[in-house]
Amino acid sequence: MPAFLRNEKIRGILYQIITIVLFVGFLFYIAQNTAHNIEQRGIKTGFAFLHATAGFDITESPIPFTPASTHWEVFKVGLLNTLIVSFWGIVFSSLIGLVIGVWRLSPNWLINRIAAAYIETFRNIPVLLQILFWYNVVLATLPSTRHSINLFDTVFITNRGFFMPEFVFGDGSWMIGVALIVAVLAIVWLHRWAKRRQDLTGEQFPVFLTGVTLLIALPLLAYLIAGKPVTAVYPELHGFNFKGGKTFTPEFLALLFALSIYTATFIAEAIRSGIEAVPKGQKEAATSLGLSPLKQLRLVVLPQAVRIAIPSVINQYLNLIKNSSLAAAIGYPELVTIFAGTSLNQTGQALEILLITMLTYLLISLIVSLILNWFNAKMKIKER
Amino acid sequence: MAVYPPKPAKEPPLLERGPIAWVRHNLLSSPFNIAFTILGLAILYWTIPPFVKWAFLDANFAGHTKADCTGNGACWVFVKEKLNMFFFGFYPQDQLWRPKSVIAAILALVAFAKFVPGLHRFKLLLIVLFPVFAFIMLHGGYFGLPLVETSKWGGLLLTLVIASVGIILSFPIGILLALGRQSKLPIIKSLSVFYIEFVRGVPLITVLFMASVVLPLFFPEGVNFDKLARALIGITLFEAAYVAENIRSGFQAIPKGQYEAADALGLSYWQKMALVILPQAIKVTIPNLVGTFISLFKDTSLVMIIGLFDLLAMVNVTSNDRDWLGMDTEGYVFVAFIFWIFTFSMSMYSKRLERKLNTDKGK
Repeated sequence: MPAFLRNEKIRGILYQIITIVLFVGFLFYIAQNTAHNIEQRGIKTGFAFLHATAGFDITESPIPFTPASTHWEVFKVGLLNTLIVSFWGIVFSSLIGLVIGVWRLSPNWLINRIAAAYIETFRNIPVLLQILFWYNVVLATLPSTRHSINLFDTVFITNRGFFMPEFVFGDGSWMIGVALIVAVLAIVWLHRWAKRRQDLTGEQFPVFLTGVTLLIALPLLAYLIAGKPVTAVYPELHGFNFKGGKTFTPEFLALLFALSIYTATFIAEAIRSGIEAVPKGQKEAATSLGLSPLKQLRLVVLPQAVRIAIPSVINQYLNLIKNSSLAAAIGYPELVTIFAGTSLNQTGQALEILLITMLTYLLISLIVSLILNWFNAKMKIKER
Repeated sequence: MAVYPPKPAKEPPLLERGPIAWVRHNLLSSPFNIAFTILGLAILYWTIPPFVKWAFLDANFAGHTKADCTGNGACWVFVKEKLNMFFFGFYPQDQLWRPKSVIAAILALVAFAKFVPGLHRFKLLLIVLFPVFAFIMLHGGYFGLPLVETSKWGGLLLTLVIASVGIILSFPIGILLALGRQSKLPIIKSLSVFYIEFVRGVPLITVLFMASVVLPLFFPEGVNFDKLARALIGITLFEAAYVAENIRSGFQAIPKGQYEAADALGLSYWQKMALVILPQAIKVTIPNLVGTFISLFKDTSLVMIIGLFDLLAMVNVTSNDRDWLGMDTEGYVFVAFIFWIFTFSMSMYSKRLERKLNTDKGK
């Protein structure tokens, strides 16, 4: 071995040079082959296709969309649908997860076991199978629109989806929004004021009750002052289908149900391990201070449990967003289904489209992990 | 002298012992608790009896055709008749002894490993040799075995092939990536970090699309991967990033003294890592690794979207048979049950390991 190779620094530099040469060489090899193959097959390159007409329709779109719209519009619709289903998925999975997680810790043996059975069942079945089961079995066997399950003439459950009333916001609805914001700000201020007063004088103030009252009363007052601008449009059966109101398609519902139920198992486990990770001594100390069980939970256990539970819960939210891409199997028009699916088949520009799709998900992941880092930094135990 | 034998202790009151006490403490300790118990019973009443009725009491087990399913319950005749499809896909009927003998060989090896103590020394050799044996048996083309194209593989067989190849291959790649991420060399480190974070930020389905649509463009004409190979590449490269993160978390649990001690012994980088650091890091992180492998096993079901006929895809295939239309409920329940058995036993195994590793630390 020549002498200079015995120097660790030089060896390190050498290794890196070799890596770079291999890596760049590999990239070059791939790029050359790809360029050649693309030319051979007559596939177009570049991002001009984004401005070309898509030529197909999308079954559900939050923004106006026609077959004359461009592929860029397809991308936007896909992303919006991904975000919509993810948002509701996050809401429902959090609710179910919270309930199941608390049940899992319940001293009641029966409830405890039911929660455990729920977790072990749904966590261990692939989420794609659950999506297909909801879509092909549960929702497909619901009654037809003619014989729909009718809940108080407002919600209709059929094999073509769920039909619900839709709220129409007329003139003056902005007053309700403003009232809501004012109420939230007032609660924040109230909370601070009450805490300062308690620190100074020891007197307590019923912040929670006042807050709830404010949150309900202010928007209600605004609603009345503005002259009841919000009206509900109810779905009505016309011929073979319902008109008016809000429609939730079976594709959306199957995806939403499966994702919520599946992700809820992981959220429940995260909540349970968070609460269980609080040392027993903390609870005993709280008891010896004379705190009631509810106050123990609120003031001692939860603040410590949240620090442990929230990061993994946020990770599960991210998983849910990524899993929403499985809609490709049932055709809910989200990013992967219509952009990386239909648009890709129409244009044949797989490389560009998949790159855009991946970068979009990457951006979402990045934003979520930024939130996570911010949370971790905020929640870090402050040692003095 | 008078003898005063001690009286036997009085038994606790009836309400405080045995099953009665257990019920009182665990189900009826407070009004709140009683309400919960009633809620629990209601849930059980709504879920268990209908399911038992459908799956067992009203179900049909005997017969060979759809006409034999007369009851209102499940038609297990369908699953029975299509069992070979669910397990082996389109594998030729007269060649089924081949996958069966591979599975028998796996079971025999596992049993041997438990009872023959010397076998552990050949572990690495087996891990290398067994896949070769399995491939020759399944794919054929050698030793007079007729060729069975991978497009004929399907069902549970394909799921297990994808899962095991994914696990075996993603492990070394994951280790290399984790080492790269720990490395002091900035270029190697940043390449590893970029790869790991990129892959972890995108859904598996996009990686699979990439592997199935774009990968063929990367290589010169004439180099053809079959569909299965492309899916395997996609899954392996995807899971490797997750394995790497698991192993990195193992690295973080190794005290600095271990590195210094290895350095002091004059071990080279690779000796230090292979003999001192990695064995400990992997041991610490085994429960996490099993968790990753469980999700890999569940993720194998995604290959159906790129057109492979894995266990889940077999539900569509079998229930689209004209003689068996409308049997997808049975199919899904059966397939869910098989997936569940595998993943649940893996998670039980990881829990047991976790407990075992915990006692080692004297906790």
